[in-house]
Amino acid sequence: MKLADLAEELSLKVLTYNEGTSREVSGCYISDMLSDVMANSKKGDIWITIQAHTNILAVANLKNLSGIIVVNGREVDDETLKRAGAEKVTILSSSLSAFEVAGKIYKMIM
Amino acid sequence: MLKQFKADLHIHTCLSPCADIEMSPKAVVKTALERGIDMIAVTDHNSAENVEAVMHAAEGSGLAVLCGMEASTVEEVHILALFEGHEGIIKLQEMVYNKLMPGRNDPEIFGEQVIADEEDDVLGFNDRLLISATGITAKSLVDTVHALGGIAIASHIDREGFGIISQLGFIPDDCLLDALEFSSRISFDKAKELYGNYSNFAWLSSSDAHRLEDIGKRTTVFTMESPTFTELVYALKNMNSRKAVWE
Repeated sequence: MKLADLAEELSLKVLTYNEGTSREVSGCYISDMLSDVMANSKKGDIWITIQAHTNILAVANLKNLSGIIVVNGREVDDETLKRAGAEKVTILSSSLSAFEVAGKIYKMIM
Repeated sequence: MLKQFKADLHIHTCLSPCADIEMSPKAVVKTALERGIDMIAVTDHNSAENVEAVMHAAEGSGLAVLCGMEASTVEEVHILALFEGHEGIIKLQEMVYNKLMPGRNDPEIFGEQVIADEEDDVLGFNDRLLISATGITAKSLVDTVHALGGIAIASHIDREGFGIISQLGFIPDDCLLDALEFSSRISFDKAKELYGNYSNFAWLSSSDAHRLEDIGKRTTVFTMESPTFTELVYALKNMNSRKAVWE
């Protein structure tokens, strides 16, 4: 499923790099520890987190993730938002909890 | 003249909820001296309210005590902030208290947070949720510590929880840490093998003692003129033949 369709279905707000919403979402990974995401996420995963440090951009690129959903209405660092475009990382936000967002995504892609 | 000083720069007192109640100012000083330690830093979680008591308890004993705190950032990274005098740490404490996650400590769950004096008498209990994180970013915390005249050391970077690498995957370039701390769980050789790409930072290792028996479990030997904050900063920068070594 395309990230754009997922964003629409879940009423996610696209915060950065809109072009990236044409990417294919093949799975999902949830974690706030970046070392864990680096170790265990898979290419094409959409990543659900409340971690908003700039390092999320590097991790998303390193692992070829389809995008990042920052949940719980958590604010994203200004620096992260500023750099996301140049690093071609799509960050989306939701006021829902990780549980709710993941539940909806599970139904859509599994 | 340069001499060697044994330092354990990460010690909790009974103020930290997770530390043993036996970690009173006098007991910490006595134990450190018994183990041949020359310099310690008092580093309770998100608070410095027992620092002065330990400093007073150590007066005239020959043990040097640095003012410190182990602050928790919004990314849940633990960072040691060390200062020469009380002024900087009090300002940092004020900022940390303002940005600490709301809530009250439940001693039944997390443990007591005892504020003591240099005679080990109980002055009171801190009821903030010291175990929690603050809303301060790692970069902002490090920059603030520097602005207040202190140094910032990333705590136990080899650990799977609350270390800068576990939380952030790698050390961000804009986080201008003065040193990286390794826990007593890792040997120097293993650290070199796993973290060799961070050898541009100064390295040290300490006990992170939460119980008396852990004080001095791991120390760093500093070659410097005297056990003072200024000399420590020189040693971390490898300046004027000062150095820091652990194994």
